[in-house]
Amino acid sequence: MSYSDKLLDHFNNPRNVGSLDRSDPNVGTGMVGAPECGDVMKLQLKVNGSTGIIEDARFKTFGCGSAIASSSLATEWLKGKSVDEALTIRNTDIVNELSLPPVKIHCSVLAEDAIRAAVADYRSKREKREE
Amino acid sequence: MKTPVYLDNHATTPVDPRVLEAMLPYFAEKFGNAASRNHSFGWDAEKAVANARRQVAALIGAADKEIVFTSGATESDNLAIKGVAEMYAERGNHIITCVTEHKAVLDACKKLEKRGCTITWLPVGRDGLIDLAALRAAITDRTILVSIMAANNEIGVLQPIREIGAICRERGVLFHTDAVQAAGKVPLDVEADHLDLASVSAHKMYGPKGVGALYVRRRNPRVQLTAQMDGGGHERGMRSGTLNVPGIVGFGEACEIARRELAEEAVRLAALRDRLRAKLEAALDEVYVNGSLEHRLPGSLNMSFAYVEGESLLMGIGDVAVSSGSACTSATLEPSYVLKALGVGDDLAHTSIRFGIGRFNTEEEIDYVAERVVAVVRKLRDLSPLYEMAKEGVDLKKVAWKS
Repeated sequence: MSYSDKLLDHFNNPRNVGSLDRSDPNVGTGMVGAPECGDVMKLQLKVNGSTGIIEDARFKTFGCGSAIASSSLATEWLKGKSVDEALTIRNTDIVNELSLPPVKIHCSVLAEDAIRAAVADYRSKREKREE
Repeated sequence: MKTPVYLDNHATTPVDPRVLEAMLPYFAEKFGNAASRNHSFGWDAEKAVANARRQVAALIGAADKEIVFTSGATESDNLAIKGVAEMYAERGNHIITCVTEHKAVLDACKKLEKRGCTITWLPVGRDGLIDLAALRAAITDRTILVSIMAANNEIGVLQPIREIGAICRERGVLFHTDAVQAAGKVPLDVEADHLDLASVSAHKMYGPKGVGALYVRRRNPRVQLTAQMDGGGHERGMRSGTLNVPGIVGFGEACEIARRELAEEAVRLAALRDRLRAKLEAALDEVYVNGSLEHRLPGSLNMSFAYVEGESLLMGIGDVAVSSGSACTSATLEPSYVLKALGVGDDLAHTSIRFGIGRFNTEEEIDYVAERVVAVVRKLRDLSPLYEMAKEGVDLKKVAWKS
């Protein structure tokens, strides 16, 4: 399969690899996929408590090159956005940016799911704090 | 050393320069049709085909007349299985094969199942081998054919064909083996191995693509087949179609070279294979060989690299040509059915790589490949949430995954 230069760049030089402290109340963690399916994405974001802006995002992904590139791109896009803005990222944006071939569209869906899961985790932590 | 390094010799092999040289006169100069009986162009072609037939037969201890040239092993498998099923329909309708066969055998059997045959699909053990007692138990008085491959194309394990052949002979059942990966790599002998039918292909043994053969036993017992291709009655009526003379000449030469060099080459390739495995196992934790190490083709190594998905590993090692059992690299988006049959979980099947070492690989290339694989596996494990969790002591089998 031939891949776009942008995809190869994200695969060869992945951005924001790593893990944030799960127990930090300002950190939201999303983990989606399953080893049996060949894809697991862990995506984390850290929100600045006073501005509500995502100041850091990290990922670790087990999966094909497109899955790794999709999650790398997602972390880049998340930084500097508000939590609400983060939810506007669509899998189709990732497909277009990386020119994902049709059989790899599920990788972008997984990345969108990971963002949503991370945001949901962050929000549930905040709700608990406010209670 | 030149890159990319080719280490996918189970998929196909480069044509040996000696083979190419033997073929060249038969394209433009000696281009005759081997079936033309009344001029020298035809005679030259016929002579070349007769010589090649002897060379192919000699590799497997057969007689020339027992070799039927085909377009390749897929055709040979189809001709053997469907040809026997049709010819012996009155005697029985039961065929025994195994779940790790090549698709050419599996799908030919599935088609016959739809036409009313009964198929027994023998399972394999963790080592990839069938159980001889299970084979014995599966044979009934309606069984007409057993089809078990000599060497597996994905994991390289060698089935005990000599023992299988003996059982079939004792029970009066025909034995077909798909010998595509084994021919020219390990010794085969149609008498000692009790083969009645055997499929071989030129391009897996440094010959050209588009040519293969089916060995069809002529005596004790005489095997008969219903032709699957109708036409001019070539190849003693078993396979009509103008012979691919340059291809057949190349196939013959490839068999001749293999017969002379097989023993020495097997030792060299096994040493390279063991070198690669030793280097990978020394540098990386949680790597697993798939299939028996003891009963294995010399140049074959299939390994799983836990927590690293196969296609990403292939992408990472870029200038090394290998293949993977990962779903992402297959047309069906399913992980390898062969690894599944061994009991390798889907999680590890996704992480498997098949290394196929061949005649033209060097020690320098093997060292380079080992170095690349180690570096990329380490990099991708740093990226892998599964590796991180495993290192933290999380039991991945107990995690409730959301997929």
